[in-house]
Amino acid sequence: MAARNPRFKLPKNARIGDVIEVKTLIMHPMETGNRHDKYGKLIPRDIITTFVAKYDGSQVFRAEFGTGISANPYVSFKMRVPGPGVFEFAWTDEHGIKTVATAPLILI
Amino acid sequence: MAKMPERAKISVLSRRSLLISAAAAALSPLLAYAASRDTQTPERSKEFEEAFASLTGGAKPVAHDIAVDLPELADNGNFVPITITVESPMTDADHVKTIHILSTLNPRAHVATFQLSPINAVARIQSRMRLAKTQDVVVLAELSTGEMLMSTTHVKVTIGGCGD
Repeated sequence: MAARNPRFKLPKNARIGDVIEVKTLIMHPMETGNRHDKYGKLIPRDIITTFVAKYDGSQVFRAEFGTGISANPYVSFKMRVPGPGVFEFAWTDEHGIKTVATAPLILI
Repeated sequence: MAKMPERAKISVLSRRSLLISAAAAALSPLLAYAASRDTQTPERSKEFEEAFASLTGGAKPVAHDIAVDLPELADNGNFVPITITVESPMTDADHVKTIHILSTLNPRAHVATFQLSPINAVARIQSRMRLAKTQDVVVLAELSTGEMLMSTTHVKVTIGGCGD
C-alpha cells in the first residue's frame, strides 16, 4: 500500500543557531509479513525502509526502518539551524516508491 | 493366594504415583513461570545475537552516556514510544554517528537505524516501535571516536505486536 499523507511539525519562530525539534509522520501500514488475513493467507511484507531529511540540499538525518517500527512511522530528531532553508523529507518503501514533502523553515 | 494382596498393593502405589506426577505436572508451568520471573535471565533470539555481533564486531560496548526512555509496561505492543538520548558534544571530532535499536525477541531483531551528524547538535531521537512480547530492547550508539555505547531496557508487554 502506498504511503500517504506525509506530515511534519516545525517550530514557528526559530532563530539561526537554535536547536529545533523536527517531527515527522507518514500514513503507512508497515506490514510485517507475519500477519494473516481472515482467510488465513499470509499478508506480504510491505514497509517503508528509508526516511531521509535534507535541509537546503544536504542530508541532516536518515533513518532505516525494519518491521519493528510501528504503523504510520513517526520520527523526531534535533537540528541546529544553520540559516534560512527548506526541508525536504523523503520516505521510500521497499518497492522503491518515494513520497516527498518539502517545507521552508520560517525564521524570525 | 499370596498374589492377591501383592497386586492390590501395586495398584495402590501406582495410583499414588499417578496423583503425585499429576500434581507435579500441574505445578511445573507455575514453577517455570516463577523461575523465569525471579532469575531475570535475559532471553535472546539467535537472530538478535547475530545482529548484535555484526554491529559490535565482537567488541564489548560500554553502558554509559545513553538514556533510553521506554515504558516499563507496554499495554499495546504495536505501539511503544521510544526516546533515545546520547550525551555527546556533537562536534566534528566527537559525535554520535549511528543509533541502532535491536529487539531481543521480535521475529526480526533489527528495528531501526538512525544516522546523525554534528548538525543535529543534540543526539536525541524519538520513534514508535513494535514489541512481540515481554523482552529486552537493546540500543547501540556508534560514536565518531570509534566507541560503542549500549543500553538495555526491559519492557513488559500486555498485548504483543508484530501480528500472529
